[in-house]
Amino acid sequence: MEFLRDLWGFLKERKKYWLLPMIIVLLIIGILIIFAGSSSVAPFVYTLF
Amino acid sequence: MYILGISAYYHDSAACLIFNNEIIAAAQEERFTRKKHDKSFPINAVRFCLNQAQINVSELSAIVYYEKPFLKFERLLESYYHFSPYGLASFVKSIPIWLREKLFIKDEIYSQLRKIESFDKKKIKIYFSEHHLSHAASAFYPSGFSSAAILTIDGMGEWASASIAKAENGKIKILKELHYPNSLGLLYSAFTYFLGFVVNSGEYKLMGLAPYGIKNAEETENFKNLIRQKLVEIKLDGSIKLNMKYFGFATSLKMIKIKKWQKLFGLKIRKPKDDILQIHCNLALAIQEITEEIVLNMVKYAQEITGEKKLCLAGGVALNCVANSKILNSKIFEKIYIQPATGDAGGALGAAFSYLYLYENFEYMPTGEDLMKAAFLGPEFSNFDILKVLRKYEANYVFYENKQEIFKYIAKKIDQGKIIGWFRGKMEFGPRALGNRSIIADARSAEMQKKLNLKIKFREGFRPFAPAVLLEDAKKYFDIDIASPYMLFTSQVKKSMRKKLPDNYEELELFPKLYVERSNIPAVTHCDFSARLQTVDKNTNPDFYSLIEKFKEITNTSLIINTSFNVRGEPIVCSPEDAFRCFMRTDMDILVLENYVLLKEKQNIKKYSFKEKFKPD
Repeated sequence: MEFLRDLWGFLKERKKYWLLPMIIVLLIIGILIIFAGSSSVAPFVYTLF
Repeated sequence: MYILGISAYYHDSAACLIFNNEIIAAAQEERFTRKKHDKSFPINAVRFCLNQAQINVSELSAIVYYEKPFLKFERLLESYYHFSPYGLASFVKSIPIWLREKLFIKDEIYSQLRKIESFDKKKIKIYFSEHHLSHAASAFYPSGFSSAAILTIDGMGEWASASIAKAENGKIKILKELHYPNSLGLLYSAFTYFLGFVVNSGEYKLMGLAPYGIKNAEETENFKNLIRQKLVEIKLDGSIKLNMKYFGFATSLKMIKIKKWQKLFGLKIRKPKDDILQIHCNLALAIQEITEEIVLNMVKYAQEITGEKKLCLAGGVALNCVANSKILNSKIFEKIYIQPATGDAGGALGAAFSYLYLYENFEYMPTGEDLMKAAFLGPEFSNFDILKVLRKYEANYVFYENKQEIFKYIAKKIDQGKIIGWFRGKMEFGPRALGNRSIIADARSAEMQKKLNLKIKFREGFRPFAPAVLLEDAKKYFDIDIASPYMLFTSQVKKSMRKKLPDNYEELELFPKLYVERSNIPAVTHCDFSARLQTVDKNTNPDFYSLIEKFKEITNTSLIINTSFNVRGEPIVCSPEDAFRCFMRTDMDILVLENYVLLKEKQNIKKYSFKEKFKPD
């Protein structure tokens, strides 16, 4: 939560809201990759990519 | 208030602890982990800093990281977007590291500190200073100046690769920045790479190689013209514009576009083990001279827009002591202060100071004195600690109650041509050994440079050595009229000390030129009569001073060679054990560990192996 708050504060201060979608997509991919390493999310990742 | 500054995850991780405006301790992580330029979280350095002050993590008022990760990530995303579709391979490689680690540095710092002890994270806040602000603060606040212009130049921070700031009334205001991808540091690193040295560590070799280039030779001038015409646009305000058609760092995992460089210079990229030819030296000289020109432009502009008389310098490029000396000799500024840990390690110190003065508004009281404690901010070891190591290895040693006896004995041995490992007092913070973790020898010996390079340090034969000279006698040997305690300036050896050179000296190639005896202190006289000297002050390093003084009593020479206590690729020794092992695996003759003296010929240790491999840098 603190991370998201910090990130939002940063984007607001820099007025670079256009980066938000890119960061969210990257974070989702990142989280999926991390989980895919050892969990049941793996098949889901394979169908996505 | 106790403030912990941290630099990590890029290169040269370090930690620094200040108590109000006093620097309590500072150290680079590489010294503990024995991995050169270690970039991992500086847990050992943090532990050392806390121990030095006898405090817990929970007693810290703040933890300050030396740059802003979000801002750097913003630059990364924007630059990949700008260069797309090029750079996909580099994007795919770098983004996972960010998503796993670098974007979550706050959590990472908390979890690393928990390895030291548990604490309530709500009570300790983590702050982030900007990269170049950290560099600027690391140079200004310890300088003791009341106001100054500050110039910081390095490879790359978040967006900035160089900045000009003005410091007054204890505040730093950044006035001008040079932004990505334009970077003098990266330009110099690109040549470091093209000439076969390792980026981020071989830059000083390139600087050492440059004087072997032939000044004003057609080839050198041609290289300079090519650099100006094709690689970099140099502007009078010190800013530069790189021609990205020739550089690969923005879109690939390589510094340069090799084929284009080879075609441009008519020269194949040099591999690390290839011979160094005159053409390499000429190219090194060309980029060194271009670098000096750019730095001088920046300095002039900094003076123009700040109107200050004093200059503070920091950032990796400030390790280029040849360029620093050009600044000094230009007299654009009356006084210059350079942070001794001028690379990213020093960013830890600057981060802590910037929080203290810019966030907490702590009152800045300029003392006029250097607050770096001569850079002796690292660990020190007692005679008892040393004895434990010597017993472990069953070493043969002599203990001296009176340290003056040691100085007298060692001075005599240096005069006899012996090479000494010298380990006393607190370890230095920053890349230079300044007399507490040093290898010392006689600078008058014509053979010593070759012997030290090839048999002790196992490094390239052309590399010069630095003299450590008594402060008040420096003028006898060198054209210098200021103190140079941190080996950050070069100076010319006095004409009266020089020897007559062969008529064809300027035309000689690297190795024939190297072995010409140029002065009465040949081991520290570089091929262009320069020396990267360290002036030794009685007040800041009394033991090292006494040693050189004793040497002077015997020889009437007030200087000795001072090189870092390590071999090629190894971080400078930190502990007595590191020192003992390094001593045993090289041809050093004598080792001094505080009050213990060990002779190599008396060691007969078969039980242990001292062979260690370090990746050459």
